[in-house]
Amino acid sequence: MDSSYLFDPEHWDPGAAGSIPQLLLSHLGYSALALLFGTLIALPVGLFIGHTGRGSFLAINAGNAGRSLPTLGLLMLMVTLLGLGLTPVLIALTVLVIPPVLTSTYAGMRSLDASVVDAARGMGMRPSQVLLRVEFPMALPVLMGGFRSAALQVIATATVAAAVGLGGLGRLLIDGLALNDYSRVLAGAVVVAALAIVLDLLLGLIQRSIVSPGLTGRAVRTRRAAPAP
Amino acid sequence: MSRSHSAGATFAAVTALALALTGCGADSDPLDDSGSDGGSSSSIAIGSANFPESELLAEIYAQALEAEGLEVERSFNIGARELYLQALQDGSIDLLPEYNGALLSALTEGGAPEGVSSPDDVYEALQDVLPEGTEVLEQSDAEDKDTLTVTQETADEYGLETIADLVPVADQLVIGAGPEWAERYQGLPGLKEVYGLEFKEFRPLDAGGPLTIGALLDGTIDVGNVFSTDSAIKVNDLVVLEDPEELYLAENILPLIRSEKVDETVTEALNAVSAALTTENLTEYLARIQVDKEDTATVAEAFLSDTGLV
Amino acid sequence: MIDYLQRNQELVLEALGEHVVLALLPVLIGIVVSLPLGYLGVRFPRLYQPMVNVCGILYSIPSLALFVILPVVIGTKVLSPVNIVVALSIYTVALLARTVADGLRSVDRTLTDAATAMGYRRIRRLFGVELPLALPVVLAGLRVATVSNISLVSVGALIGVGGLGALFTRGFQLFYAEPIIVGVLLSVLLAGIADLLIVLVQRALTPWARLSAGRV
Repeated sequence: MDSSYLFDPEHWDPGAAGSIPQLLLSHLGYSALALLFGTLIALPVGLFIGHTGRGSFLAINAGNAGRSLPTLGLLMLMVTLLGLGLTPVLIALTVLVIPPVLTSTYAGMRSLDASVVDAARGMGMRPSQVLLRVEFPMALPVLMGGFRSAALQVIATATVAAAVGLGGLGRLLIDGLALNDYSRVLAGAVVVAALAIVLDLLLGLIQRSIVSPGLTGRAVRTRRAAPAP
Repeated sequence: MSRSHSAGATFAAVTALALALTGCGADSDPLDDSGSDGGSSSSIAIGSANFPESELLAEIYAQALEAEGLEVERSFNIGARELYLQALQDGSIDLLPEYNGALLSALTEGGAPEGVSSPDDVYEALQDVLPEGTEVLEQSDAEDKDTLTVTQETADEYGLETIADLVPVADQLVIGAGPEWAERYQGLPGLKEVYGLEFKEFRPLDAGGPLTIGALLDGTIDVGNVFSTDSAIKVNDLVVLEDPEELYLAENILPLIRSEKVDETVTEALNAVSAALTTENLTEYLARIQVDKEDTATVAEAFLSDTGLV
Repeated sequence: MIDYLQRNQELVLEALGEHVVLALLPVLIGIVVSLPLGYLGVRFPRLYQPMVNVCGILYSIPSLALFVILPVVIGTKVLSPVNIVVALSIYTVALLARTVADGLRSVDRTLTDAATAMGYRRIRRLFGVELPLALPVVLAGLRVATVSNISLVSVGALIGVGGLGALFTRGFQLFYAEPIIVGVLLSVLLAGIADLLIVLVQRALTPWARLSAGRV
């Protein structure tokens, strides 16, 4: 395995066009936008379904249905229909974000102890207060799990942007492939995987800091984690 | 969940996983033989590059050989030359359509030798540099050249007729081509060496495909690498810049094949195809795919029956 | 679209067939490799967390990179379908090994203790009691792995081996939506059928699940 591309300082010069830091930046840009849009769409829908119980069929099945959409096909279709640019890439990646966030929001809401919600109502909370001050914070651990897996998936998949002429770390893969330069492909794989791992650790830290300690088992350690639905 | 487990345990897990994966790789080997991987001596695996013309030519070869009762396997749309030549050398494919000048450039360090530009010169020069175990059959008159192409507006704005006209304005222009152009002699290195051209920016797109055409039309790039047979040139009224220094050599189409697959039947069938191909008819049949969206197999079939080959 | 399908029936069917093999073979390989790995993760609890970490790393390697790098690592030819099969097997294992371990860990201790008391030895207890009880969790993971495999195969089209993905690149090169739509729909349909089959298998294998208040 030839790692010369990865360790060549020339490829780490932030000022050079197409250098690894620049590609990293555009990669993060696509991923962050897709996560933002996806969450903005999926979170309210998931909260609504979880709160009201209406449309739960959609929420349960969205996960696997979304996963079954081939991102490359969707992307190429969008480019064919809409033309070049950032929009098709963002659509394809956003579609990837929605299912895990939607499903985990719903699952998080459903996993709540009904008696807690009843107690909140009994205390005279309005429905919106119940949702925002009880249900949402308590659903957060499961929701964050979904968000983290969405983030990982988007980071790995944002590489397809390069297949339709945009930037991102996929450039190292596509250009390496076109030039038959394995060292470059390897560099791409390593940087993407490292990015995913760092991001997952960061999101884990964020999760620890925003989830109420009463829920995480840091107060009372439970032996088994509940299996994912 | 603590992450404080010993490094030893992580190592053990990695090793176990690696062993398991190596094991499963070995297990799937027999499938390789029964699968569609080629390698059986009787059939000919035909490859193509990742653009429609190459696929059309490969399909024409395939049908011409099938008409002779030979068994073929299609492995189209592999990628750029840098990749498919490796596939040819490792035996993944046996035959594919090539362009004599581009092939010569790719196989010669620092580009084609000086003074070589006519089709016959190129063909002659090729014989010395072909990868071991491969050969080329007779070349056709049909040519498809790499070009630098601009929109009519860009041509008017900067007064562009030839590639040399780009020199004074290149630092304001963005060029787009397949990623391989960054390092290929007939790409940026050759443009710099032969014409002294250095563009403001290089955008890696595709091999004269929809990305390049699209980016050219929407102004993302100013200069694009478009193939001379591409219908998009006519449809979009594009301007092909002349190449006075002959960076782009003769680009006649010819079959590149592994020698072990060459016999009289194969040679005759493919030479007949080469004899029938012209730049005009290639452009015309390619337009049926690019403009009329007919499928490749149908167009190849039409070509072979219209030219009386099958 | 119907028109496109009629004209290209043979091509589409061939792509579909290749897609099925490239996607499902890794699922089978993945199951065979993951069961023992997952079991080891439970039998030796110190291995669990490292295993989860390694699986996470493997899962975060982009598929295109894995497809391209594998020939160098395992010595296959660049265009060999084996590359796709091995790459997707790795993803399947990365997903399933953890799921198997989680599934086995989710089995109620009192049940395994009861089995031990009835004289079940370790192996028989594993296959007779623990695995069947872990099945719902394992099969949930299998559904995820199968469906994502089916959608990942098409990425292989960027290197010329990608089942239905060939329809994507073909349509894309011609700026022609029909083949892409056909490819996407067939891929989704295939995933749906595979998913449904696993659900049916799960119902057949875990009849007790329907007796207690069942969540799918």
